[in-house]
Amino acid sequence: MGNPALSFVAIELLTGLATAAVLFLVSCGLSLIFGVTRIVNFAHGSFYMLGAYIAYSLVSRAGGPVGFWGGLLLASAAVGLIGVAMEVFVLRRLYGGPELFPLLATFGVVLVVEDAVLAIWGPQDLLGPRAPGLKGAIEVFGHRFPSYELFLIALGVGVAGGLWLLVHRTRWGTLVRAATQDWEMVGALGVRQATLFTGVFFVGAFLAGLGGAVQLPLEAADHQMDLSIIIEAFVVVVVGGMGSIAGAFLASVIIGELQTFGILVFPKLTLVLIFVVMAVVLVIRPQGLLGRPQPEAGMNRAVEVGTGAGFQVPAVLLYTLCALVLAVPLVSGNYGRVVLTEVATLSLFAASLYFMMGPGGLVSFGHAAYFGLGAYGVALLVAKLGWGMAAALAAAGVLAGVGALVFGWFCVRLSGVYFAMLTLAFAQMVWAAAVQWDALTGGDNGVLGVWPAPWAGNKLVFCYLALGLCGGCVALLRRVLRAPFGYTLRAGRDSALRCDAIGIDVRRHQWLAFSLAGLFAGISGGLYALSKGGVFPTVMSVSRSIDAIVMVLLGGLETMAGSPVGAAVFTGLREQIGSLTDYWRAVVGAIIIALVIAFPRGIVGFIGARAARLAQGGR
Amino acid sequence: MSLLTVNGLAKSFGAVAALNGVSFELGEGEILALIGPNGAGKTTCLNILGGQLRPERGSIRLNGRELVGLPARRLCRLGVGRTFQIAAVFGSMTVRENVQMALIAGRRRVLGLWRPAGALYVEEAIELLERVGMADQAERLCGLLAYGDLKRVELAIALANWPVVLLMDEPTAGMAPEERRALMRLSAEIARERRMGILFTEHDMDVVFAHADRIIVLDRGEIIAEGAPSRVRQDARVREVYLGQVAGAA
Repeated sequence: MGNPALSFVAIELLTGLATAAVLFLVSCGLSLIFGVTRIVNFAHGSFYMLGAYIAYSLVSRAGGPVGFWGGLLLASAAVGLIGVAMEVFVLRRLYGGPELFPLLATFGVVLVVEDAVLAIWGPQDLLGPRAPGLKGAIEVFGHRFPSYELFLIALGVGVAGGLWLLVHRTRWGTLVRAATQDWEMVGALGVRQATLFTGVFFVGAFLAGLGGAVQLPLEAADHQMDLSIIIEAFVVVVVGGMGSIAGAFLASVIIGELQTFGILVFPKLTLVLIFVVMAVVLVIRPQGLLGRPQPEAGMNRAVEVGTGAGFQVPAVLLYTLCALVLAVPLVSGNYGRVVLTEVATLSLFAASLYFMMGPGGLVSFGHAAYFGLGAYGVALLVAKLGWGMAAALAAAGVLAGVGALVFGWFCVRLSGVYFAMLTLAFAQMVWAAAVQWDALTGGDNGVLGVWPAPWAGNKLVFCYLALGLCGGCVALLRRVLRAPFGYTLRAGRDSALRCDAIGIDVRRHQWLAFSLAGLFAGISGGLYALSKGGVFPTVMSVSRSIDAIVMVLLGGLETMAGSPVGAAVFTGLREQIGSLTDYWRAVVGAIIIALVIAFPRGIVGFIGARAARLAQGGR
Repeated sequence: MSLLTVNGLAKSFGAVAALNGVSFELGEGEILALIGPNGAGKTTCLNILGGQLRPERGSIRLNGRELVGLPARRLCRLGVGRTFQIAAVFGSMTVRENVQMALIAGRRRVLGLWRPAGALYVEEAIELLERVGMADQAERLCGLLAYGDLKRVELAIALANWPVVLLMDEPTAGMAPEERRALMRLSAEIARERRMGILFTEHDMDVVFAHADRIIVLDRGEIIAEGAPSRVRQDARVREVYLGQVAGAA
């Protein structure tokens, strides 16, 4: 290797492989768990984070090579047991239910773990000691390359080989492969599903914990590492093929190298780049590079939809409630008005998600993208171009609608978990653009100075403006759901086969619904930016998308009236609990878990079911 | 006069030839049964005719117009109606709304954003439901109906846009014997009233011989007999591959 350019590329390739090795440790477990249990484990990133933090505590107490390597292994084993606990106490109650509920429950676990880590280890980043015996560098192609990274590459290959042996040469592995291909059949053969699932969770969590632990000498453990790794691991698993370990290996290498070389070529676009790869793979080969085609998961199985047995919120109740809400700003102080304004904007946001999620059966994990497009649209138009408030709001709706039109075209080609993943990927792309394109968006500093028109500057006036606009939009959405458009959307969810046979183009209809939902989310986002006086990338973070799902589920999927109720309860709880404790996220996490386990029909659905039962004769 | 002309249909799954050069005709008001042992290619044939599958070779002409390659939602506009082996209806809607949905789709009003759908085509929907004997249950949710009733709702949906050919895959599967006869009697009556052709597959030989005007017998993807029920009943090959099994089992 005399050529300096070539040897530089070779060194970068090695660096990429070291990145890929850690990515593989995390994503192979994720893939294994999905293959066997059909659960998309959002908490896998939390396992990774816990691995790093627990390893830090163990390694920094016990010194020496034994302390170091033993600490890493012990930490991984501890994380494996945490994974088992999650499977036994939370997920086991959800098997056989709607396929997205376990995904939500694991997101609840993510939030709980985030706050637990904050409580135990504190807010500061923690850098572990360097590995004994591997502190130096080795000469490779005339460059010095850290020996620890070479060790990581070897570890990745070793784990891949070990996993291959485990899956292909043991009885347990035979069961795992059988379950990955046909899990119902394995159940029919008399294998105890619970034991197999628990074992798979142990292995998966152990490997994720190991990934976090071995990362410790390279990068400090911090509080964002769970979400950043899980999103990358999702991309790897989707690109490689859900359930395929070889696919996870291949995709880890692709993504690892893409990140390493991406930084050199497009330093601003690395995040966008990997999501583009994922989106392209999902559209061209939805099952992933080495995945098998999944049997079509019925779209209506994505979420629990009750029969809605004729349940309607009585009109009298609805109008009384509206009148009461309208009276609040008059008597409350400015604090109350600000909270109510937020409830109004989030109600519209939740209602726009309900529009596609309830009647459409399209559960988006990236609805915040359109909220964020609206928010940034208004912010940039008002603060940088000096547009008027009304024009900016309208333009924000159009911008978000067009965004949804473009992304939605890809998304509606998939269903169920794959649809959820692709919506998430697009949302992360938009989010990454907001973070990295700082010339336009101000990066993490956001856009400030976004204030409403002078006549609406008063908190009281703005509160009524938000209530009026959002109330009007929600009413409009409700009207559309009762019109042929909404009926057709429901029809597509109930039976795509029948729709096709009576001349309905289901995909096109879902695409339009997706876009309409995006448009209204954009309006709510625009209002939100005006009410806060600025925007930051957090307006379109993953957790905002999940917040919206939680609001919709709180309200229930059976009636549109539920979503504003869900938004109000959610915001109210956050205000109340947020003033009592710093651990608001853990509370939200607990609410999510409780919701999917105990109240899958939401508050309004629950009350409605009770009311219907009373009406039937007071049983 | 021939309504539907099928010529040389072929389809294979891997190395297995599910259909191998199937040709037949269906006339106005005619009720044609497609029978054969399991794996003979009946459902494949119906799925090709209904646009759910694409054949490798062959043509399907409806009143002279080529149908091969068109998706199901286009076929419906050209007059092909369809019922499925497992009734496909909209479970979260009432019986009446199901039929209204079919009418809305047929009149291309699915993009309507304003007028409530529940008020559209009510009379026509009720009329159709009366025809299939479901008017008294019009306000019940489809998700809560007995299976036999569901099949009748599906029939009303399929009839809503006046198909000229109705494809029925195992129309009486999963029903009690009395219900089976009633459903087929009803379908036959409507076919004659409307001059609509029906092509159906069926396992129940009593239903086939009681209602079909003509029978086609498939075996391993090829037609081995065709004709009036009395002729098919006497056919030696049919008895061997098909009725022989029934006689043997009985």
